[in-house]
Order: sequence, then structure tokens, then C-alpha cells
Amino acid sequence: MSEPPPPAIEVSRLVKTYGGVTAVSDISFTVARGEIVGFLGPNGAGKSTTMRILTGYLPATSGIVKICGVPVATRPDEIKRRIGYMPENNPLPEDMRVSEYMYFRGRLKEVSRRKLGPRIDEVLELCDLKRVRHKIIGQLSKGYRQRVGIAEAILAEPPVIIMDEPTIGLDPHQILIVRDLIASLRGRMTVIISSHILPEIEMTCDRVLIINQGRVVAQGTPADLRREIFGHSTYELELAGAADSLNGTLTAIDPSLQVASSGEPGPDGFRKVSLTTTRPDELGESLLSALLARGLRVRALSRVNPTLEDVFLAATRRSWDAVATPAVQVSGDRKQATPPAT
Amino acid sequence: MKHFPTLLSHELRMLLVSPATYVAATLFLGFMGLIFTKILELYSGSAQELSPANAFFEFFWLPACVMVPLLTMKCLAEERRLGTIETLLTTPVTTTEVVLAKFGAAYFLYTALWASTGGFFYFLNKFSGDARFLDSGPLVGGYLFIAVSGLFFIAIGVFSSSLTRNQSVAGIISCVLLATLILGSRALSDSVWLEQGVLQPARAMVDYAYVFGHRDDFTRGVIDTRHVLFYVSGTVLTLIFSILSVEAKLLHA
Repeated sequence: MSEPPPPAIEVSRLVKTYGGVTAVSDISFTVARGEIVGFLGPNGAGKSTTMRILTGYLPATSGIVKICGVPVATRPDEIKRRIGYMPENNPLPEDMRVSEYMYFRGRLKEVSRRKLGPRIDEVLELCDLKRVRHKIIGQLSKGYRQRVGIAEAILAEPPVIIMDEPTIGLDPHQILIVRDLIASLRGRMTVIISSHILPEIEMTCDRVLIINQGRVVAQGTPADLRREIFGHSTYELELAGAADSLNGTLTAIDPSLQVASSGEPGPDGFRKVSLTTTRPDELGESLLSALLARGLRVRALSRVNPTLEDVFLAATRRSWDAVATPAVQVSGDRKQATPPAT
Repeated sequence: MKHFPTLLSHELRMLLVSPATYVAATLFLGFMGLIFTKILELYSGSAQELSPANAFFEFFWLPACVMVPLLTMKCLAEERRLGTIETLLTTPVTTTEVVLAKFGAAYFLYTALWASTGGFFYFLNKFSGDARFLDSGPLVGGYLFIAVSGLFFIAIGVFSSSLTRNQSVAGIISCVLLATLILGSRALSDSVWLEQGVLQPARAMVDYAYVFGHRDDFTRGVIDTRHVLFYVSGTVLTLIFSILSVEAKLLHA
């Protein structure tokens, strides 16, 4: 029996301190081969530092980082052959032409001369850069520069791509191109991207890692995170009629279903009511039939899905609360064995 | 050193397509041409003991203190300022390869600029028709001195560029270090107070590092291996410090 291949990225108890300041504190996570993972966190959370350690550019203070089973600390040269990296702010030489830059980077990444020409054509086509291939990089717009950075990262077809905020400064059309581009890598390459554009992450990534103050505060698919962070579903209704029996009706449907907030009735008698339940499955239909059976008039019913932005804010707020009150154990973080904040 | 040729050719290409290189080259040739004209005027006025080549290489310190900082101040400081050092060092290249490529390209340009002053002597020989003006000994010795000392001077420039991300600061550091080495050793060698017995080791050190003395020897046709060793070992040491400086900046980035 042959052993299964190691995960694309393995990070175990990673710590990085700069002059007494802990930028990354005991982070652990793994990324499977072919997976696209989003790395979220507020500014200064430790995302870029973690990414730089993954590339072998920065040494870690302690912990183990492996790329495709190869330890970064002891074999950085091998790591550099397995990654494509686009750093934060996408630094590019100002006075080179796009095609010259691609050729130079391809040679540095040890792509053979024979393969390099067709490969450059391929990535320029993929990133919609063919029109500007002879232009000087310093004269390109932000969107083109970002795409040059992405094209360079995927040029040597490495198994792992690390991109630090690849869609920053792009217009919606360009974001769409980049999103499709990243999605096209799914299954072939492992991609880890950080971004502040949360809907982008949600649409592109298989899994999300939320990091705050150097710690992983939540990780999983966006749906898992919603369940994990909020732990309940919310329904919003607009109804009219005798509301006295509402609580009894709700308990009959599900014991955990209750009124979270109730607004004042408007001139037409309708008011807004917010309900919460711990039931993960859909209750809309049974709720609607029960309310109508009780003689209540319902003109709107919707299940509120928290956005990834809500998840991100809740997860980061939760970690700040945990830091502020060390005695309180962080709850709900079931997937990641995050040590108690101190 | 697998990537050294790629990096070196890239650096050379970048130097050759940069307008700043041509501005610096024009200024250098213009200035050296002016010096050469003045020397010829002096020689046409009265007989001189030394050959024109000897007098010409007397002025080596001026391009060394001005041109070397101009050629090298950008090399590592700019990479760090733009952040391109990060993209460079996340490819399978080593810091040593990067530093050596920057050094190699700047050294090539420095020696190429000096080599172009060979045209002055060609024209002198062609139009004067007097072979005495073209004394090959001091000429070859002088260019050899420029080539050997240039290694150390350029290494000092590269080292200065590795210390900061600001090009101007790198240029000033480089200029000060070169002036200290070249002009400082001359000032100290003339100092009487260094003659005291307890300061003899310092005196010996100054004599060893006396760049003008090295130039005199070279232009007289004396190739002293101690001088060559001084420049080569200085170059190696300075480049090692440059590599360590780049890596130290990464550790504390």
C-alpha cells in the first residue's frame, strides 16, 4: 500500500516574533492538494507574515511549515521551486516590458528555454495580457499590473500558489477575470489567497481561514463558519394580526424558535418580527403554514443568511473579546484547536 | 551559481537600457576628456618628467568617488524600496547570486567606461605622430590598476546600497567610504604624528592601504601581489558583508 501524498501545505504551531512583538502566534492549519483557500483577517493580523514564511522568504521563530511534505526551514531551495508567490502590493520592476519580465522570471524559475516561449504565450492569454505584452510595466494600469503579478505566479506551473491580496485595486470586470482565472486552477494547483473583498473569497474559495492577532480564529467552508460562528438561523417576517399567541405557535413548530425582536405595527397593521432558531434546516414552509393557520396575515418571510463579512466580523470580534477577557473560553471553534487566548 | 548568468545578463540589460547610464557615461567621458585636454595643454607648454598616461591616472580618485556611488547606489537599495527583492528571493536564487550579479554588472560598466578613455590616447597617438606620448608601460599599468582597484570600489558601492533602501543615502555612504579609503589614506600617510613608535602598526596599515601608492606602483609597471591581494581580499570581504547585510535585513524585516 502506497502512502497518500502529503497535504499541499502543513502548518503546525507556527510562531513569528519581531523584536518582542508576536506577529503570528501558534497557528496550525493544513491545505489539501488542489484546494483553494481564502485567508482573511484585519490589517496587522499576521496574514502577510504567514504567507512570507510559507514561501521561505522569512524564517519562522518556531513551528513547522511543510509545502508538499518538504519542510521550509531546512530545504528552502526546494520550496521555492514548488511555489508561485505574488506578494502584497505586487512589486514589479518599472522599466521592463511585460514579455521581458516573464522571460526573466521564467528563466529564474528554471523553465527550460524551449518550453518558456509557449508557456509565456499561454499565461499572457490566460490573464488577458497579450495586448500589453510589449508595454513597459511602469506604464501599465493597476489592473494590468495585478494581472502581470498573477501571470508571473502561475508561470512555472508550481503545485502551490500563494497570492497576497491579488484583487486589490481591480475593477469589477477585472475581478471577474481574476476570479475565473483562480477558479480555473482548482484541482490542478493549490491556491492560498488573502483578500479583503469577502464576497470574492466566498465565491472563489473552497475553504476560509480567519486569522486575527496572529491566531486562527475560525476555519472551514463559508457555510460551516456561519453555523459555527452564529450557531442559529434567523427569519424575518412581516405580519399582522393578534400576536399574543405567536410564542405558543413558534414553540409548537420548534422549541428553540423564538422572537428575537418585534417592531411597532405600521398604519396598515403589519410589523416586522425577527425570529431565531438553533435548527439548521429550513423551517420557512412550516412556519408560514402554522402562522396562516393561526389567522395571522403574512406578507413577507425570509431566512437571513449571514454574509461572510458578518462571519468575519463576528469571528474577529470574538477573538478580541477573548483577549480582553482571558477567563472566557472561546466557544464554537470546534474545527481548530486554538489555544485559549491569554 | 546556476542562476548567476541569467541575473547578470538581466542586470547588464537593465543598465544598458537605462537613460541614467548614458547620462553618467557622458558626464564621465566629458569630465575625463577635459582633464586629458588640460594635461595636454600642460605638456605642450613645457617638458614634463612623467608621461601623459601617468598624469591622467593621477585623477582616478575623482571618478572612483563620484562614478562608483552613481553606478551602485541603486542596485540593492532600489530592489528593497520597490519590494522586488521579495519576488526575487522567492524564486530559486540565492542572495549570493543576486549580490554577485549586481556587483558584476556595475563592475562591467565601470571598467567599460574607463576602457572608453583609451580613445583619448588613441587620438593623441594618431594626431601627434609621436610614440613618446604613448608610453605603453604606464598606460597598461594604469588600466590594470583601474581594473583591480575597481573591484574593491564597486564592492564598497554595493555594500553601501545593501545598508539602506534609500538610493541617495546609499550614494552618500558609498562616497564617504570611498573618500575615506582613497583620500583618507593619503592624508594619513602624510601625517607626521603617525611616525611615533607606538603607532608603527597603524603606520604600516596606512601604508598597506595607501591607494595612491598602489597607483604609483602600477603605473611604474610594478605589479605587487600584496596590492592585488589587498584589493581582492577587500572585495571578497565587502561582498560577504553585503550578502550578510541583505540577509540580516530579511531576518529583521
